Amino acid sequence: MSDPSLLALTLAEARDGLVRKSFSARELATAYNEAVNEIEPLNAYVTPTPERALAMADAADHRLAKGEALPLDGIPIAVKDLYCTKGVLTTAASHILNGFHPPYESTVTDKLWQSGAVMLGKTNLDEFAMGSSTTTSYYGPVENPWRRLPEHQMGDNRPLVPGGSSGGSAAAVAARAALAATGTDTGGSIRQPASFCGIVGLKPTYGRCSRWGVVAYASSLDHPGPMTHTVRDAAIMLRAMAGHDPKDSTSAPVPVPDFEAALTGDIRGLRVGIPKEYRVDGMPAEIELLWQQGVEWLRDSGAEPVDISLPLTKYALPTYYIIAPAEASSNLARYDGVRFGLRVEGNSLEEMYELTRAAGFGAEVRRRVLIGTYVLSAGYYDAYYLKAQRVRTLIRRDFVNAFDQVDCILTPTAPSAAFAIGDKSEDPIAMYLNDVFTVPANLAGMPAISLPAGLSGDGLPLGLQITGRAFDEETLLRVAEVLESAAQFRHLPSFVAGGKS
Amino acid sequence: MPLDKATVAQIATLARIRLSEAELEPLASELAHILSWVEQLNEVDTSGVAPMASVAHTGLPMREDEVTEGGQREEILANAPRTARGFFVVPKVVE
Repeated sequence: MSDPSLLALTLAEARDGLVRKSFSARELATAYNEAVNEIEPLNAYVTPTPERALAMADAADHRLAKGEALPLDGIPIAVKDLYCTKGVLTTAASHILNGFHPPYESTVTDKLWQSGAVMLGKTNLDEFAMGSSTTTSYYGPVENPWRRLPEHQMGDNRPLVPGGSSGGSAAAVAARAALAATGTDTGGSIRQPASFCGIVGLKPTYGRCSRWGVVAYASSLDHPGPMTHTVRDAAIMLRAMAGHDPKDSTSAPVPVPDFEAALTGDIRGLRVGIPKEYRVDGMPAEIELLWQQGVEWLRDSGAEPVDISLPLTKYALPTYYIIAPAEASSNLARYDGVRFGLRVEGNSLEEMYELTRAAGFGAEVRRRVLIGTYVLSAGYYDAYYLKAQRVRTLIRRDFVNAFDQVDCILTPTAPSAAFAIGDKSEDPIAMYLNDVFTVPANLAGMPAISLPAGLSGDGLPLGLQITGRAFDEETLLRVAEVLESAAQFRHLPSFVAGGKS
Repeated sequence: MPLDKATVAQIATLARIRLSEAELEPLASELAHILSWVEQLNEVDTSGVAPMASVAHTGLPMREDEVTEGGQREEILANAPRTARGFFVVPKVVE
């Protein structure tokens, strides 16, 4: 058993400890490899890569010894199994990618390895990132390391979902089996699991991180981003992941600032918008109270709360559930049993396609591909797809107008804490409502971050979300760090690798 | 809006997903439920509003028309379920 205190570090602390030679990258990788094994019951990892982690750690130790440390040298991280990793099984948690070993590396993971990071393995997710609970994976559901407090279980101690779709990444970081992880966020898939698992999740501005080599779900909405223990760690990870990539035509040709340097702690005079439309029916009072507490924390730090209106908020989810399935039905057309993945033989090419796709796609993926096909089909294209694209224009306009008045926007991340595995799976729309507060930023392309701010009455983490101007992650992170300092969230899940000490 | 079994079968054919007869009815009601929920968008006045396909408004970048990589037939075929003599193999499509 290696030193469990290594598992209690933040990424920034581990980075500094490696440079000071308090421990080696190999010791760190060994401790985290053991942690990955220890949290196996959570099903957070689809494919651990312990040998690769040790080899990468040895290379990092070699550079550290020469005093040539890279920004993330020796930092063990997890990779959502939606990022293609050269020669390492990449599943998107779908049966249809059965046995797929990409011959290339995604731009974002390549940047992370070029920065010295160490790969612990690939994490579980909702199939093709379609979901808010990480229960639709072909490889089985992920369990949240948090449980309700015993005195509040009232006979219900069922395991909870970690949120989704980046639920494996969120559970791995929360249970201390990775210092950080990559996620992707199409409608909340970084921020909502971060909220459910008590960690930080950042969806950057659209175009900030390249989508090249990330299995596509809905291309105009997909955002790669980091999931970490702290806001500072998110700033460090984002710097390594971001940057213009000629291989992604939507990647923004803008410089990458030193996000960590933006964490000055000074938000005096900053105007923080509080949108009235986020007070939705059925939201627990404790989330409303936490939100108010967040407003007070920012006011106490010298920021100025401003009441604002985002009138189209309630239409963001239905807009999303036209645009995302439409793009998915097009993107997923590539899974045909010819070039990679699963194939079910048939008597004709058509039959081979149909049988392969019937066997390879799970129920939620099938549902979305069918909805997408329908809204794009002749006779319905204008009524559904073009209509949704027009509403999207108005939703983005809401944000642009709001940012004339304020520098960022504070809201809750999700309308509930984590729920039990199996709940909400009967009614797709009940599941979709998880993303009511996160989807607008995807449609508008604005950066947004979730950070843990408090506990629910039954002892589960609750997140607050800050949304910022496009390409102003620096302000977003500065405000988030101030909120993090005020909230002093120090709670641990019921189950962490190395034990709670 | 109501969605009948024939429409679901038609969509499934367009999407190249084989459905059994028993799957059509439950899917019809699931899809109809979702479609009637998204139809609340009709409450929004979008007259004169341009549709938005992407928030990236840089336009499509051009690159030089030159070979940047290639000659990777083995790597590209490595994941294929069936190959022969450097090609992907599919069921016969020519009568």
